[in-house]
Amino acid sequence: MQETIQNQSEHTHCDKHKAETSNTLSQDLIIEGAGCASCVGKIETALKEIPGVASAIMNFAQRTVTVEGNVSDVTLINAIEKAGYNAKSSAGATDDELLDEKEQADWKYYKRLMREMKIALGLGVPLMVYSLLGGPMTVETNVERGIWLSIGLLCGAVMFFAGKHFYIGAWKSFKNHSANMDTLIALGTGTAWLYSMVVVFFPFAVPEMARHVYFEATAMIIGLINLGLALEVKARGRTSEAIKRLIGLQPKTARVIRDKKELDIPIEQVLLNDMVRVRPGEKIPVDGVVIEGHTAVDESMLTGEPMPVEKFKDDEVVAGTINKSGSVVFKATRVGKDTALAQIIGMVKRAQNSKPPIGRLADVISAYFVPVVMIISVVSALVWLNFGPDPAVAFAIVSATTVLIIACPCALGLATPMSVMVGVGKAAEAGVLIRNGEALQTASKITAMILDKTGTITLGAPKVTDVILAGDHSEDKVLLLAASLESGSEHPLAMAIVESANDKGIEPYKVNNFHAIAGHGVGGEVNGNALLFGNEKLMEEQGIRVGKYIDAAQKLAEEAKTPMYFAVNGKLAGIIAVADPIKEDSISAIERLQDNGIRVVMLTGDNRATAKAVAKKAGISEFYAEVLPEEKAIKVSELQQQGEIVGMTGDGINDAPALAMANVGFAIGTGTDVAIESADITLMRGSLHGLADAIAVSKATLRNIKQNLFGAFVYNVAGIPFAAGVLYPFFGLLLNPVVAGAAMAFSSVTVVSNANRLRFFKPQDH
Amino acid sequence: MIVINILGILIIALIIYWFWLYKPKEVSAISDEITVIVENGNYQPARIKLAAGQLSTIKFMRKDESPCSGSVLFPDYNISEELPLNKNKTIVLPAMPKGEYAFHCQMQMYRGTILVE
Repeated sequence: MQETIQNQSEHTHCDKHKAETSNTLSQDLIIEGAGCASCVGKIETALKEIPGVASAIMNFAQRTVTVEGNVSDVTLINAIEKAGYNAKSSAGATDDELLDEKEQADWKYYKRLMREMKIALGLGVPLMVYSLLGGPMTVETNVERGIWLSIGLLCGAVMFFAGKHFYIGAWKSFKNHSANMDTLIALGTGTAWLYSMVVVFFPFAVPEMARHVYFEATAMIIGLINLGLALEVKARGRTSEAIKRLIGLQPKTARVIRDKKELDIPIEQVLLNDMVRVRPGEKIPVDGVVIEGHTAVDESMLTGEPMPVEKFKDDEVVAGTINKSGSVVFKATRVGKDTALAQIIGMVKRAQNSKPPIGRLADVISAYFVPVVMIISVVSALVWLNFGPDPAVAFAIVSATTVLIIACPCALGLATPMSVMVGVGKAAEAGVLIRNGEALQTASKITAMILDKTGTITLGAPKVTDVILAGDHSEDKVLLLAASLESGSEHPLAMAIVESANDKGIEPYKVNNFHAIAGHGVGGEVNGNALLFGNEKLMEEQGIRVGKYIDAAQKLAEEAKTPMYFAVNGKLAGIIAVADPIKEDSISAIERLQDNGIRVVMLTGDNRATAKAVAKKAGISEFYAEVLPEEKAIKVSELQQQGEIVGMTGDGINDAPALAMANVGFAIGTGTDVAIESADITLMRGSLHGLADAIAVSKATLRNIKQNLFGAFVYNVAGIPFAAGVLYPFFGLLLNPVVAGAAMAFSSVTVVSNANRLRFFKPQDH
Repeated sequence: MIVINILGILIIALIIYWFWLYKPKEVSAISDEITVIVENGNYQPARIKLAAGQLSTIKFMRKDESPCSGSVLFPDYNISEELPLNKNKTIVLPAMPKGEYAFHCQMQMYRGTILVE
């Protein structure tokens, strides 16, 4: 039965009350632990007893309470907790809302910048055209003085309306003993304007040849820089596409079953242990465990794994993934900020804002950059005044202004963070979660990769691969008896046999007198049959002849399988071989790593024969067998001593010390398990291709950062001396401040656009 | 010309003193709750004094529309938080040993220092 509860009377009452007490605060709280209708009275009373609370009305169906009054949410939550329930505020904005707000704010800012750009260029362009067409920009007569005075005042108005943010910012920074881009723009345009006004008011105070006005430069520079900032805002928006996509995966509502009724509620109101129904085609709203029904779920948006994953009772489902086929009911196990999706979003956001070590030099330079540029500008003016040709004052003003305008601290500052932002997002799209900028940078330099065998190269779930019959019993009978015997054991190999029987629909019998024979195998009675299951030694000791089957067992061992003998009533009935198969794409992924010049090493606790066989099959020539978990970290450090930059890949739990010791620890997640703290990089799908993808994305990002840093350095290192006029003595070249303004405006746009190129990077098709 | 040269050198000396040598007075957040206003390309206050060895809370109020001001980083503690426009954002800092710690925007155009004593 499906029914959406809308408690109209409560809402009407609430709305009316809101109108009456419009001066007081209204807030909604989400209540946990309210199981019966009688809780409503208790909670409402507890809240109403707080001084300052005007009303408290609970919506039992939605488990929310609306409180009116000037009381902080902490006080309200405390009162509810004292009454024996848990509560949380629903006021916290969701990621979705924050993103919307950010986009709206950016759009508003963009429109403002474009408007200001139009105002400034509206004056700057005609003046510029006039000057280019040979119109005199000098002040000679009184008429010219009058005209230029009007234009100068107009230019002052443009500076106020279109560029006041530069001047206010510069002044506030100055008061704060800091300097930034605003300082440079304000000083540059301010100098040009002030000098021009001096020429207008006191033309005879400057040499005749220097009676030149630069109003067109002032207006053009303000216009161009505003345009550059606007384009940068646009380009920046694109750098956060990946996180936007992740946030977009979160559905807004969920259908929960409460009191045997189904109701649609906002996602924030879903409580732990709520029963949630998801129909085909809908998104899973929160994390949980399937209670009823079965389905296939598309998890590709989180793991990058294209094949839908079958989900049966007791299987985990994860928020943001899409239910493809069946209708299921699941119990919510993680809600709100605890869901895997919320954690992924949080982790990606943090990583996007962190900085790899390569950016540190740029940071140090940024810290000194602006004051240094100001000093260069003064020095340049002094040099022109002392040694420059006539009109030295005009040359000094032009060079000082141009130096201030062309210098772009933004390009340097943006170079690293923009690429990291796009690179980390790109990796997340491929199911690779990078913890921080340092991990990103080190991953790009890895020279050796250690792979744990079980669960990394192999599936980590042993399966029965061969059943060789030695007596009169059929294969099913052998499996039935073996599974019946092994149903009492918890050994992974025993579980593989029981599972294999289950897969074939074989129902095991009850086992009597089950006993383990240490190091050899197990024994017991099933349906009156005396059964033994174990290695060759066990058979020998029990006097059971294995004869010609020794060769078959040997052959199986060479194929990376573990053969075990099975005897019924003192006679050999067959050999059952169990193996942990290599993941389908491990071989091609390992080849990809090796093609990139990475030395691949396999570690395993297994015996040498199995290890050798697995390594051979996987295409790995270097392996270490019978390594205890605690010895894995030692192997990592041995490789490091050989000068290798070591990546270690493991399951994140048993391999934690080795992951921590490695230069970069990779944890192979099982599906969407992101709670792996010891890893620098988490691969959300089981495939080793994630590893090669992670390294490829890291390399591409680092390459992009280097391009950006190189571009920004070269731009500033070449641009500033050019602006100061070092080429003038040789070629008579001096940069126009307007050209400097255009160059500065577009240098940061170029950096952001180059970072955006990473969005199209594909980590090799596979 | 000599006067102009001396003036130029004085300006350079002033730049060095004002931007590098001068240490502005810090605002103490040891006993009070502190709100840093992000506006016009600056953090106000930009030098904050905190007590050593205890958790501290700083509120950020971003009034600046520029996307540069949209996030604040405390690199020593790997903290990065987004600052919504015209809304308070509370950031909890871990217990820190004595010393100076920087906080800044992604591009380091907005800068501040935390002085832990």
